[in-house]
Amino acid sequence: MEVLAYLIPISLLLGGVGLVAFIYTVRSNQYDDPEGDARRILSDEWDDKPKP
Amino acid sequence: MTAQAPTGTAACPGCLAAPAEPARPVPQDVQIALSLPGIHCSACIATVERELNAHPGVEDARVNLTLKRAMIKAAPEIRAADLIPVLERAGYEAHELDPGALSATQTDKAGRDLLMRLAVAGFASMNVMLLSVSVWSGATDATRDLFHWISAAIALPAIAFSAQPFFVNAWSALRVHRLNMDVPIVLAILLALVTSLWETTLSGEHAYFDAALTLTFFLLAGRYLDYRTRAVARSAAEELTALEVPRAIRLVDGIEEEVNVSTLKVGDLVLVRPGGRMPVDGKIVSGQSELDRSLLTGETLPVFAQEGLAVSAGEVNLTGPLTIRVTAVGEDTSLHQMADLVAIAESGRSRYTSLADKAAKLYAPGVHILSALSFLGWYIYSGDIRTALNIAAAVLIITCPCALGLAVPAVTTAASGRLFRSGMLIKHATALERLAEVDTVVFDKTGTLTSGAPALTNLGDHSRADLEVALALAEASSHPLSLALARAAREAGIKPATLRAVAEVPGFGTEGFYRDQRVRLGRAAWVGGEDGEQTAAWLVVGSQPPMRFTFVDSLRAGAAEAVATFRATGKEVILISGDTEGAVRALADELGIENWFAQALPQEKAAKVQELNAQGRRVLMVGDGLNDTAALAAAHVSISPASALDAARVASDIVLLGNDLSPIADACDTAIKATKRIRENFRIATVYNVIAVPLAVAGLATPLIAALAMSTSSITVSLNALRLR
Repeated sequence: MEVLAYLIPISLLLGGVGLVAFIYTVRSNQYDDPEGDARRILSDEWDDKPKP
Repeated sequence: MTAQAPTGTAACPGCLAAPAEPARPVPQDVQIALSLPGIHCSACIATVERELNAHPGVEDARVNLTLKRAMIKAAPEIRAADLIPVLERAGYEAHELDPGALSATQTDKAGRDLLMRLAVAGFASMNVMLLSVSVWSGATDATRDLFHWISAAIALPAIAFSAQPFFVNAWSALRVHRLNMDVPIVLAILLALVTSLWETTLSGEHAYFDAALTLTFFLLAGRYLDYRTRAVARSAAEELTALEVPRAIRLVDGIEEEVNVSTLKVGDLVLVRPGGRMPVDGKIVSGQSELDRSLLTGETLPVFAQEGLAVSAGEVNLTGPLTIRVTAVGEDTSLHQMADLVAIAESGRSRYTSLADKAAKLYAPGVHILSALSFLGWYIYSGDIRTALNIAAAVLIITCPCALGLAVPAVTTAASGRLFRSGMLIKHATALERLAEVDTVVFDKTGTLTSGAPALTNLGDHSRADLEVALALAEASSHPLSLALARAAREAGIKPATLRAVAEVPGFGTEGFYRDQRVRLGRAAWVGGEDGEQTAAWLVVGSQPPMRFTFVDSLRAGAAEAVATFRATGKEVILISGDTEGAVRALADELGIENWFAQALPQEKAAKVQELNAQGRRVLMVGDGLNDTAALAAAHVSISPASALDAARVASDIVLLGNDLSPIADACDTAIKATKRIRENFRIATVYNVIAVPLAVAGLATPLIAALAMSTSSITVSLNALRLR
């Protein structure tokens, strides 16, 4: 049962990381144009470097 | 959501109201919003952005494909009118949007807030569920206690954050001594937490932390669905409003300047070009033209306009430029005065109780009494307050309105999505339920059943030579009747005659010389004809007697099908119009409508609808004009086409996006199916309760049974709703 001492914090941490990542995507307007973003990856513009 | 008229979902990042005044002390960048209904792929995005960014003065342009919109940041001297041709050359249709009208959606704060709470509840419930599963599968003693303590540590802060909307709603209901759906929810959540904490401190066997969290998660999911559906409709409705950019041309010392309508003052001079809509109420100072008043009165015959005539906001100038002196602006214009009528008419509708409210009224007191009784019963029987409290909490959790909370929003989301794809925008939350009850349909004529575009009826009555002259004259004007005449003649293979000195006389018609004879096409009085009941234009060649070209308003696509479907499903169809009797009778005969009223004033339209209401009828009103707004608001449920005046669209529950009327009849069908699904969902939720509640009251319910009952009922309800798509 000693393994629980690692597993529980790990599971909590992973859940927390998922939650923080989700909050970050919402805060940075990443759901404003889902359809457009899905298409933009097909365009080869800004493939070398990100748009300034 | 692809090939349709402008659609919308969420926010447009940082679109601030564009300053419309041309001169500002400090030049500032402007935000321009364009609607691009034709874009659909990655190549479109790339082309539009490249073309716009290449235009001098444009700093940044970004396309939003979901909203089919482009947001442009540009130097102050750039106007949308400069950019639209750039896109049209590249092959994309573009319309200017008023960023002021869009700004309401720019930060979708409420939606984002709900989404955050939903996410926190989701992640927390997943973690707690992991711990609970190990307890259910046999963890005992110290391990179980540890797991319960960890669950408590996650659940308490998570619920304190994510269940806030329920706390707020329940408190606002309790404060005015009323019960709503949120009161039992909050009681269930709080009681579950309190008993679970108590059990945990006593190393008890059952803790309901997972149930409290999943309950919050499912209910928030329902709330969020509900919110999304309405946000999509609201944003699309806003886009319709934003397409009419409130601009006017003000004359200052003879110099034209483009200004925002809101900056106009009484006494200003405003120039209205042919084809333009009156921005304000006023009096004509100079110019002659004809005015189309159909949106205000329902009349199809244009009115002759000259110096001294009073004009109202919303009328359309047809032929010549008019200069008007402003007599009323903003709230004082005749457009806004209709609002009083609408406010009175609307009071009847607010009394409607939705199915969800009816269910809540039965449900909320029911569960409270049930759980109080089981608490009392067990307390008397066992004398142990801990057992009694545990059982009361179990009863509350099991009867939790998870399925009830999802039953309505899941169905309305599915049904609204389906109607949206067929071109209908559901603006009001209970519009679908009300639409399902309709038994009488009232139509407006001009602009609703008819397209507002005239069509020539008596082409065959005229000789070829006359038609050639008429066509030549008609092509010199952009008056709707001239356009219709020219189109009909061209389709019949007529070639225009060669005329000399063709000139349009605004307000009267066009004239010219044909083989040294003067020829005229225009109003009866000017040409020498007699005004009849039908819309007509007259042609005179030299000294011959004048000839009459008659027109009817052409039927809107799908109008006949919609009326036929309504009649086939046993609904009474009534036509009420402000137009003349002849025109209304002709249309009623064509569509087979027996019950019709002509020359109705706006008040009479509303009174007629209220009379039908008083007879116990459920009226669906379909109309587009300012004269319909009161009737739209008075009706049980109302629909207006996208071409309607803003005031009419605001007053109606559903907006028809396309030109075709036939989706209206299908919408009634979808609405009936949707309410059937909602009722089914209520029954499913009840069945689950009938099975699970006796177990809870008998004290046999465990957290595992509660979790199973909750999840299965919620999932069944959602799946049942999806059948509607």
